[in-house]
Amino acid sequence: MIRLRGVGVRLGGRWVLRGLDLDLPVGVVAVTGPNGVGKTTLGRVLLGLVVPDEGEVRTDGCRRAAVFQEDRLCPHLDAVANVRLVLPRDVTRDAVRAELADLGLPDEAHDRPVRELSGGQRRRVAIARALLTDAPLVVLDEPLTGIDEDARGHVLDRVAQACAGRHTLLVSHDARDAERLGARLVGLADGTLVP
Amino acid sequence: MRPVLVVAFWLVVWQVAAVLVGQRILLPSPVEVLTRLGELVVTPEFWTTVATSMVRIVAGLLLGTALGTLTAALAARSRTVDALVTPLLGAVRAAPVVSFIILVLIWVDTVRLSVVVSTLMVLPVVHTAVLTGLRHRDVALLEMTTVFGVPWQRRLAAVDVPAVLPFFAAACRVGVGLAWKSGIAAEVIGLPAGTIGERLYDAKLLLESADVFAWTLVVIALSLTLERLVAALLAHPTAAQSAPGGAS
Repeated sequence: MIRLRGVGVRLGGRWVLRGLDLDLPVGVVAVTGPNGVGKTTLGRVLLGLVVPDEGEVRTDGCRRAAVFQEDRLCPHLDAVANVRLVLPRDVTRDAVRAELADLGLPDEAHDRPVRELSGGQRRRVAIARALLTDAPLVVLDEPLTGIDEDARGHVLDRVAQACAGRHTLLVSHDARDAERLGARLVGLADGTLVP
Repeated sequence: MRPVLVVAFWLVVWQVAAVLVGQRILLPSPVEVLTRLGELVVTPEFWTTVATSMVRIVAGLLLGTALGTLTAALAARSRTVDALVTPLLGAVRAAPVVSFIILVLIWVDTVRLSVVVSTLMVLPVVHTAVLTGLRHRDVALLEMTTVFGVPWQRRLAAVDVPAVLPFFAAACRVGVGLAWKSGIAAEVIGLPAGTIGERLYDAKLLLESADVFAWTLVVIALSLTLERLVAALLAHPTAAQSAPGGAS
C-alpha cells in the first residue's frame, strides 16, 4: 500500500496541498478537480519530485513511472530510443516498436527524432515509455492530452491492461477517462480530498 | 565576396605597402615572405619545429579542456566548489598572459612552459562554457530521468551532452586560438629549444622580418586548421542519438 498522511505542500507562500490523506492500493485512483487545486502537485509528491512541507509519504522506495503533463522526451532521439532510455537493456527495439504500434504510432514514425512528430504522436511515445516499465507506482497526469477522440478508448484500454497490478494515480479533468479505467474517483479542492 | 578574392585583395594591399615603405626590415613584401616560407618548409628542421610546438600546445589545449570540463561538472554539482573555483578561474581569465608566463617560468622548466600556459588560458573558457551549458539543461528532462531511475551514463548521453555541446564546441574553437597565441608567446619568452617561439625570437634578433612573417603565417595556418577540425568533430552530436540503444 502506498500511503500519504497529513501531507502539506507550500509553493510560493501558498498551501497547495494541506492535510491530505490518501491510500493508493493496487489499481487506479483518479483525482479530478478544477485547475490549480493541486492535482499535479499530488502526482509530483508521489514521484518524489516535491518534498512535502508536512506529513508523511510512504512508497516503500518502489520504482516509479510517469506520463507527465508535458511529454518530456529527448527531442533529438527517435521514438524508440526515447522509450528505451528508461528501460532495461534486454528490452529490444522490436518490443518497443510493438508497443508504439499498439498505441497507434505509425511504423514510419518509430525511427524519426521525436521533434519531427506531431503532438499526438509524441504523446503516444510518452505513454509507451511509462507503460513498458514494470514500475509498481505509475502517475498519469492528463495522459490523453493531444490524443484524437477516436483513439482515446483504445489507448485507455491499453493503459488499463498495462497498469493492472500496479499502484496508479490518474490525474484527469475528464471523469469518463477514469470510468473507462475502472478507477476509484476522488476529488481535490482547496488542497485536500473531498468526498 | 569569395575568400580567394579577399585574400588576393589584402596581398595586393600588403605588396603596395611594402613597396611604399621600401625597407625589408620594417615590412617585407608578400613575395619575399612566401619565398622564405617556401625555403623553410623543405627543411626537416621546419617540420620538427612545427611538431614540437604543436604537440605541446595541443597537449595544453586538451589538458585545459579536460580540466575545464571537470571543474565545471564539479561546480554544477556543488555550490561550495562553484563558490571556490569560479571566481578563481575568472581571475585567471582576466590576468595578463605574460604574468602567467613569467610565473610558470619560475615554477616549471621551459619544455613544459607552453603546455602549462596554454592549459591555463583554455581552462577558464571551457569551465565557463560547460557550466553555462549544464545550467541550461532541461529541468523537465532531468526530472524525467530521476523519476524513471535512468542510469547516469544514459542521462549523460541523452540529456547532458546535447545541452552542453553547443557551449562546449564554441569554447573549444575559442580555446584553439587562445592556446596557440599564449603558447607561442610563452615560447618566445621562455625560449625552449626547437620551437616556433624560439625561431621567432631568433628572427627578431637577426632582424629577419621575412622569417617573423613566415613563422607567423605558419602559426595562423595551424591555428585555423585545428579550429576547423575541432568544429567539424563537434558539429554532429551523433553519440547522443545512439545513447540508449544498441542494435535491435
